[in-house]
Amino acid sequence: MADFLLEIGLEEVPARMIAGAEAELGRRVNELLTRERLLSSGAKLTTYSTPRRLAVLVEGVLASQADTEEQLTGPSWKVAFKDGAPTAAAEAFAKKAGVAVAALEKVTNAKGEYVGAKVKRHGRAANELLAAELPKEVAGIYWAKNMYWRAGKPERFVRPVRWVVALLDAAVVPLEIAGIKAGNTSRGHRILHGEVPVTLGKATDYAEALRKAFVVVDVAERRWSICKALDAATRTVPGARWREDDPLVETVVHLTEWPSVVLGDFDPEYLALPEEVLVTVMRDHQKYFAVEDANGKLAPHFLAVLNTKVDDKGREIIRHGNARVLTARFKDARFFWDFDQKISLVDRVESLKNVTFQKELGSYYWKTKENRAVAHQLASFVSACGIVFDLDALLKAAELAKTDLTTELVKEFTELQGVIGGLYAESQGLGEIVSKAIYDQYKPASIEDSIPSTVVGQLLGIADRIQTITAMFEIGNAPTGSKDPFALRRAANSIVKILAESGLPLTWSNILLSAGSNEANNVQVSAFLAERLNFYLKDVRGFAYDVVSAVLAAGADDVRDAIARAEALTAARESDDFAAISAAFKRIKNILRQAEEKRFAVGLPKDVKLAPEAQMLADAATALAPEVAKLRQQRAYGEALAAIATLRPVVDTFFDKVMVLDPDPAIRGANLGLIKEVLLGFSDIADFSEIVTG
Amino acid sequence: MPSSQVLSRPKTIPLTFQELLFRLQGFWAERGCVLQQPYDVEVGAGTMAPETFLRVLGPKPYKVGYAQPSRRPADGRYGENPNRLFKHTQFQLILKPPPVNVQELYLQSLEAIGIDLSQHDLKFEEDNWESPAIGAWGVGWQVMLDGLEITQFTYFQQCGGLELDPICAELTYGLERIAAFLQDKDSIYEIVWAVDPETGAAVTYGDVRLPEELQFSVYNFEFAEVDKLWEHFRLYEAEAQTLLAQAGALFAREDADVVEKRRFPLLATYELALKCSHLFNLLDARGAISVTERVGVIARIRALAVGVAKAYALQQAS
Repeated sequence: MADFLLEIGLEEVPARMIAGAEAELGRRVNELLTRERLLSSGAKLTTYSTPRRLAVLVEGVLASQADTEEQLTGPSWKVAFKDGAPTAAAEAFAKKAGVAVAALEKVTNAKGEYVGAKVKRHGRAANELLAAELPKEVAGIYWAKNMYWRAGKPERFVRPVRWVVALLDAAVVPLEIAGIKAGNTSRGHRILHGEVPVTLGKATDYAEALRKAFVVVDVAERRWSICKALDAATRTVPGARWREDDPLVETVVHLTEWPSVVLGDFDPEYLALPEEVLVTVMRDHQKYFAVEDANGKLAPHFLAVLNTKVDDKGREIIRHGNARVLTARFKDARFFWDFDQKISLVDRVESLKNVTFQKELGSYYWKTKENRAVAHQLASFVSACGIVFDLDALLKAAELAKTDLTTELVKEFTELQGVIGGLYAESQGLGEIVSKAIYDQYKPASIEDSIPSTVVGQLLGIADRIQTITAMFEIGNAPTGSKDPFALRRAANSIVKILAESGLPLTWSNILLSAGSNEANNVQVSAFLAERLNFYLKDVRGFAYDVVSAVLAAGADDVRDAIARAEALTAARESDDFAAISAAFKRIKNILRQAEEKRFAVGLPKDVKLAPEAQMLADAATALAPEVAKLRQQRAYGEALAAIATLRPVVDTFFDKVMVLDPDPAIRGANLGLIKEVLLGFSDIADFSEIVTG
Repeated sequence: MPSSQVLSRPKTIPLTFQELLFRLQGFWAERGCVLQQPYDVEVGAGTMAPETFLRVLGPKPYKVGYAQPSRRPADGRYGENPNRLFKHTQFQLILKPPPVNVQELYLQSLEAIGIDLSQHDLKFEEDNWESPAIGAWGVGWQVMLDGLEITQFTYFQQCGGLELDPICAELTYGLERIAAFLQDKDSIYEIVWAVDPETGAAVTYGDVRLPEELQFSVYNFEFAEVDKLWEHFRLYEAEAQTLLAQAGALFAREDADVVEKRRFPLLATYELALKCSHLFNLLDARGAISVTERVGVIARIRALAVGVAKAYALQQAS
């Protein structure tokens, strides 16, 4: 039993790629060892990473594969031995099997007696196998972007490989990765340890040896120590807290080998700038954590995570340097803020003519006009349902929504488009409703994000996105497969989410009508939107796929209604009666399909005198129909489904006693008419035949 | 080489702007680099000078360093913004092929300009570079020193639309930023450019360059005549296209004479392409290029740059 260590030493790997690569390396090594029967039963695999290395330690690797014995079968015994003496056939077989003729034995199987040989296969040694197989696994690691570095371009990898450690206990495994021969020396922290090699006595020395060289190889430990250091640094400011920010924590974890934290300050005068701008500069541009006071308001401090350990003097230098950079950026932001205020958003509408929305479609001026028209149409549908909102504010917001694209601040901080427009609108006295709608126009930015908080904001968000979707479809830019360069899926997902979570009484038909595209295009867009609703119900809301199919087959025009039906159906499917009804409906569908294939005429139940059980079903269905319709009208889907489930006894009896496809065409036609009426009459909440029943 | 007097200054006094350049030049010259002078045609970045753009093509190893004043008309701020310039100075270094210890050498160069790394925080953060106008891209880092980007470090993968083999490392030091950092100045214009060793009198960056920043901002934003700029663009482009057509015919001819190939003025053709690139930047600063047109004009410049690169590769191989 041995312990195996592999460390791939690299120039700094992009932070965003490290976690995925570390996990993949662990998985590949585990699969390789398992496949090659080199993993002991209690083996433990641990992965490590820093910006400069990926590593995996496996404790409990077998020194070599177990030997195996294989039974080979040769020619028939009679051919191999004549009068007890081996023939040429026996000798040839013995040679091929690699055993002496004397070692050949008789094996008897169903077909008769044959010559057999037991062949021992020696297991290969772990070091030999690893040397041969591991480099292929490493080369197969996925990188979002990789590069060549050696002349002749023999391989691509994320960044140049600079050293490799491969140890089986204390012995170097003779493997080679990207032209680098494995050894037993690693490297420490660039600055704190310098270029002196870190020699590893054995595989399990890894983490501790690297710690002495100022490298914490364990990611979880670095994460923990960064959070502790952030806490400690923040405690120096009474009542302050650092803004939790998991993605930023992950980034700095993968940017450091020996992390520490400094708290720095900036001039409180910059707090006059919008918090959104300050936080974006700190977080996105400088990778600093923001600090807030006891009331949750931004405080004039920042926290920088360093990849080093310094004395007080160094700490002061670094604090000063980071503060200097931050101040320069804030100064720029303030300059842009003041500069942008010289031209109001209203006066910027005209200059949108110079900003291209899409080459074949037009400028943002064109887009603004279109959005405004779509918003106006949507508004009329919503007003008609008695929802009260400020129409003028909606039209104003639509008109000004894109004007922030012409501001310097948005050119500098593109991620803040919309937000900046909203802030400018507010400071230019355009009113809270207009400002908020502009501010929220790109919400929800993801499926986790919240929707705009006002009706006006919601309508603007829908108008902007449906306009983009229909216009892009018109010029042939619909998403295909994995390609969605204009993020139309995300746009549609956002509309679905707004419809699902707002109280807006809008159907897809209303929305498409408002977008004013042509008929043929609407067919395509409609299918695309239905697919997005399907995705939302399944992947975001977690409804079972058969529930979603059943519900959408009965209508996909109203998102909130579809959700309500899916919820009711999910609850109802648990009951036995309902499962039986679902099965019956499936049966009805099959029979109707058969009938159609055989070109049987479908009549009406009243055409002939029905069998008593058929008449019972007809009566029960007729009696139930108005009640179900009423419940459906009230959107009391749970009750409606329960009512439908009461049909079970008559349905069961019907199928027990009645042969639907009666030889008499008249009776058959009437029976078919009956089951078709039942199917159609009770399928507008969901197509139950889609439900998978046990 | 830097004078002994410059090198012997005590470490505690930060380097002047010109000493910073001397030190970098000295450091890399001692490591075998050719020191070139700035290219004397307007460029937006050191990458565009032929010492980078053309030298990285083909198999021949090359190591070169040079300061390159880089003009970006749209970045001009009339000398009023303390952090932004119309023309900044890059120290550009090309190592082809990159030595295995290129990062360590780079860190040593920082020590050489007086940065005690044990007292600072240094990170290599992913930053991939691409320039569609010259058909070039690479992967690499922005080097962050105490939160300040001081160097762009790129492993070139492609240039002029051609795959590179060997690849090269490009290190671009932002001299103004580094000098402001070393001297702890809040404004670029306060950077000490030079100190008279006799009198101790200092000349600042503002003394040397402020009028230039002001007047070129005025010209670039207010006076440059859009029609004339377009006309210049078209003239330079037409001449470059004519030359490229001739080059294409020459290098396609199997019986073409080697001497004839070698004397073909591709270097001059490239200058014409650089002129177009600069004119594009001027037009852009004037707001004369709509976003729609932009892609098209960049494609025209790219066609020239890629054309030169292809012909140059053939010329080198002849």
